[in-house]
Amino acid sequence: MENKDVILRAQNVNVKFDLRGKMLHAIRGIDLEIYKGEVLAIVGESGSGKSVFTKTFMGLLDANGKITDGTIDYFGKDDGTPLRLSDLKKEKDWLKVRGHEVAMIMQDPMTSLNPLKTVGDQIYEAVVLHQGLRGKEAKAKAVEYLRDVGIQEPERRYKQYPHEFSGGMRQRVVIAIALACSPKILICDEPTTALDVTIQAQILNLLKEMRVKYNLTIVLITHDLGVVANVADRVAVMYAGDIVEIGTAEEVYYDPRHPYTWALLSSMPQVGVKGEDLFNIHGTPPNLFQPIQGDAFAPRNPNALKIDFVKRPPYFEASPTHKAKTWLMDPRAPKVDPPAVVEKLRKGGL
Amino acid sequence: MLKYLAKRIGRSIVTLFIVVTIVFCLLRLMPVEGYFANYEKMSEVQIQAGLQSMGLLDPLPVQVFNFWKGLLTEGDLGVSHVYRQNVPVKDILMQKLPISVQMGALGLCVALLFGLPLGMLMARFKGRWPDKVGTALIVLIQAVPAAVYYLYIQMYGTSLLNVGLLFNERKWQYWILPVLSMSLVNIAFYAMWLRRYMVDESNKDYVRLARAKGVSENGIAFKHIFRNAMVPLIQYIPSGFLNTVVGSIYIESLYSIPGMGGLLVTCVQKHDNTMVQGIVLLYACVGIVGLILGDLLMVLVDPRISFGKKEGGR
Repeated sequence: MENKDVILRAQNVNVKFDLRGKMLHAIRGIDLEIYKGEVLAIVGESGSGKSVFTKTFMGLLDANGKITDGTIDYFGKDDGTPLRLSDLKKEKDWLKVRGHEVAMIMQDPMTSLNPLKTVGDQIYEAVVLHQGLRGKEAKAKAVEYLRDVGIQEPERRYKQYPHEFSGGMRQRVVIAIALACSPKILICDEPTTALDVTIQAQILNLLKEMRVKYNLTIVLITHDLGVVANVADRVAVMYAGDIVEIGTAEEVYYDPRHPYTWALLSSMPQVGVKGEDLFNIHGTPPNLFQPIQGDAFAPRNPNALKIDFVKRPPYFEASPTHKAKTWLMDPRAPKVDPPAVVEKLRKGGL
Repeated sequence: MLKYLAKRIGRSIVTLFIVVTIVFCLLRLMPVEGYFANYEKMSEVQIQAGLQSMGLLDPLPVQVFNFWKGLLTEGDLGVSHVYRQNVPVKDILMQKLPISVQMGALGLCVALLFGLPLGMLMARFKGRWPDKVGTALIVLIQAVPAAVYYLYIQMYGTSLLNVGLLFNERKWQYWILPVLSMSLVNIAFYAMWLRRYMVDESNKDYVRLARAKGVSENGIAFKHIFRNAMVPLIQYIPSGFLNTVVGSIYIESLYSIPGMGGLLVTCVQKHDNTMVQGIVLLYACVGIVGLILGDLLMVLVDPRISFGKKEGGR
């Protein structure tokens, strides 16, 4: 990435949820910079906080959750003034951000469209809200977005209802709605999880095309590492509400440093050896209701050091673009070899 | 859709025919005293002659045929024997029906006019004071027996509006209290269910997407949730209107309104077989038409429901 303009910067973001008086510490101090025009993939298992973290960019946390610490700054506004998202409270302020600056695509296209409104109306609504167009002009624009996302006969389809579309087509419509908001950042929350495999590739290609055409920055949330390898410029690996490793896609793929990333890569069916049992990570993710001592992954890490249970590791840099939170990268740490699968990846790829 | 509708109406006519015929046959099993006002004083010969002249000694199929012939050619429902001697059933119904229907329809309009906005408000401010006040009101209306607050409304309302206790059809002031009383239960009904369906809808994914694309909370409530929440409710509205023909026995007797309220019960008690026959026919029509209209409205509101493919979905 030559272009290093930061469009969004999160510093030490902490999010807690109040669940019947018990506090759940969902996001535990994330630092992250998102660059203009990149595709950043956030990977991690269910419950690692991927979605919650990105929801803070749009003020879409559930009512019982809030940012307890840290800041999120947005630099993408047209007039160039920075905007501190973590300070926004009122709905009125968020309405200027939602859609207009940051838009979102959700996981399940079968349920994310209003079943009683035509597809066209739902795109039209976004055009009217964010592009200041009305009537015929707005409609023409909405049809154009339908054509852009690869829907045949857009004029006719414009008048149809969501139930007349297949799953893949609906996801295209959802993408059209997001584009119609003309956002700077597009958050795709597992956009392909609910689709079958052939459609997944089409949707990812579409996202790649749209990024170029509309100059988007894409944050791609997924737990499918195959998706990541195809489209992402950078990859952030999340575990227990923190980004434990971040780097370019090549670096994270071929030279992973964090034991959790190792484990994650080892458990991909694609890299396993035929005939052998698929690798699985032992244990369960930590309980986020209780404070976590040291490295959150330590109890599940066969190579854990003593210090892992005592002190939380800081970031260690592997390269200017690649860093990981693990004590294994401390110069004083004993040398631990990554598992064989990772070595295999390092040598020849998949 | 037209084809389905034609089929649906055709089937309803068959249903209606069967219901009315069965009721007709069952009523033939009733004691014959229901055909004579002064049964006790009549001799056996007189009774037989009377029955003969009314065609009641014919074989049952002939009677059924004659009944339908009279009904379809002249709209003849026979004459009342006890309730109002020798007055055609049709005339009695035509005289009582309009006032009950007007009153009921007005009551339902008022209920929709207040119930729907109340429900919407409660859903929009769920858990806050409009919701709590609304819930309290609904619980009050539904938990307290209607007779109690009907009486209070009459007691305080009549003095407040300065109207008499007895209903006067020609003065509009006299309509307010009965219509209000009649609408209360429906206000609670519509507010409660609309709130509930709107809250259900507001947790759906498409609402999240709408929020993410920058639609305001009010916009979401009005443009997205309200219509979707009305789908399950809307099918009851035509039946609600049509059921006003039944009248309200309590309110009508409270204000002495000459409506339909309790007419069927009275006629059954008095063994007035022809009246019972006519009223049952009316109720059956109303029920069937209400169901058809309800389904039709659903199709108009929800594009996912099509008459053609999923027939008989209910």
